[in-house]
Amino acid sequence: MSADLIALAYLVAAVFFILALKGLSSPLSARRGNVFGMVGMAIAVGTTLTITENWALILGCIAIGGIIGSIVAQRVQMTAMPELVAFMHSLVGLAAVFIAIAAVNNPVSFGLPEILPTGSKLELFLGTFIGAMTWSGSVIAFLKLSGRMSGAPVVFSGQHMVNLLLALVMIGFGLWFFFSETTNWTAFIAMTAIAFLLGFLIIIPIGGADMPVVISMLNSYSGWAAAGIGFSLGNPMLIIAGSLVGSSGAILSYIMCKAMNRPFLSVILGGFGSDGGSQTVGDGTQKSYRSGSADDAAFLMSNADSVIIVPGYGLAVARAQHAVNELAEVLHQRGVNVRFAIHPVAGRMPGHMNVLLAEAEIPYEQVLEMEEINSDFSNTDVVLVLGANDVVNPAANVPGSPIYGMPILDAHKARTVIVVKRSMAAGYAGLDNDLFYMEKTMMVFGDAKKVVEDMVKAV
Amino acid sequence: MIGEIDPTIIHLTVFVLAVFVGYHVVWNVTPALHTPLMSVTNAISSIILVGAMLAAGPAETDWGVWLGAAAVVLASINVFGGFLVTQRMLEMFRKKDKKGNA
Repeated sequence: MSADLIALAYLVAAVFFILALKGLSSPLSARRGNVFGMVGMAIAVGTTLTITENWALILGCIAIGGIIGSIVAQRVQMTAMPELVAFMHSLVGLAAVFIAIAAVNNPVSFGLPEILPTGSKLELFLGTFIGAMTWSGSVIAFLKLSGRMSGAPVVFSGQHMVNLLLALVMIGFGLWFFFSETTNWTAFIAMTAIAFLLGFLIIIPIGGADMPVVISMLNSYSGWAAAGIGFSLGNPMLIIAGSLVGSSGAILSYIMCKAMNRPFLSVILGGFGSDGGSQTVGDGTQKSYRSGSADDAAFLMSNADSVIIVPGYGLAVARAQHAVNELAEVLHQRGVNVRFAIHPVAGRMPGHMNVLLAEAEIPYEQVLEMEEINSDFSNTDVVLVLGANDVVNPAANVPGSPIYGMPILDAHKARTVIVVKRSMAAGYAGLDNDLFYMEKTMMVFGDAKKVVEDMVKAV
Repeated sequence: MIGEIDPTIIHLTVFVLAVFVGYHVVWNVTPALHTPLMSVTNAISSIILVGAMLAAGPAETDWGVWLGAAAVVLASINVFGGFLVTQRMLEMFRKKDKKGNA
């Protein structure tokens, strides 16, 4: 194939990737979008095969990766999606590093000059360091999300200074690499090692509640890493695909930060929740609350005209999504209007709750976003809060509160509120929730799945 | 006289335009599909598979080729895993007729 033909085929693939993202604007066109994505990838891989020689090796490796990937995709629990996504980001990062090292070793196989020009070295440097940071950052995110490592932020004094210093040293090695006449492996390897370390150090201080931001940010990094490799190889398709992913992740990070009313920079610098435990708002005296049984709650809901269910991370942990669907169905049969209200940061990644509810076969028309449903709470009979806390905390409306200004679901405006929770413990923000102490609120303690199942029986 | 344009400038042009396209396309994604968006972008970012194939491409096998081969495996896990898990999730968003029996 001529170079022009290859470039044209790559262009077609790039257009398919854009169409893939465009398809996600509605659940109706989304599956077709995903198919476009696969077609784009197939074109890109097929075209590249024509200019490589080791077909057996390459196809064998694709087969191995394909089998592993397919098995993982089949088996993963929907509640574990955040971990899976973090895991996959780490693979992109590591692959980017490997490719960059291979390009430094043998530039000719990538169509680059034998002696790398400074420009190419700069691009390889960018691809490598973003890739390395994506890898180690994602590994930490994976360990935190899957509970193999505590979600608590790891902070030490002078942390930001250490990071800054490391970044400067890394850039120093980078400059040494750029301006060496021959391939300076020492500089390249030192710089890569520091980038790995930096990715690790940047993610450890970020707490569990900020994971939706972290995972979106790493999503963005993995895209920029691909774009960086695209620059080094002079391949516009990689640049386009990488930029699409990079901007997508950046937008998601922005949406998540906005939904938590946290400046992006303060999330990245980390440490949220580290001092939160002691910062409990209130006068310290024991406030009284009303608790009830699942039966009481079921009675309230079955006599209501309208119920809004607010799911949170607790629902995901308890894997209660199927029980919730049953509850919604029995209430529906009794003529109750049941809807779901989703806060943008509910769960551990953007859109996590929507996927869990979809898995339980809850029709997506009944699942509404915060802006769509917030004005309806005031004329709703019963709100059922399932494993959510900070996203319904009215303290967000009180100036001076640490979460002041965070957009919340106005659950407190409903006539009756039922909160299912394990205990009275504070949420991730470490704040007491006034909603729990309101006169119209009934607390039902227990595991979300167990409680909801009891409710289904009692309705 | 205008000399030849440095390819890097052309790539920069492509990059900037692609960021704009990405920005506008992604804002149109419905929030309910943000998780599938993330998994599909994950699959798309494994387009670096192309770079990995080039690294594993030369007939003369040295350690760089093996590194490339490892990168091909990693990127392929992502390509298949990413697209298939997205498909699996999107299938779930389809089953909305269930409501009929309620």
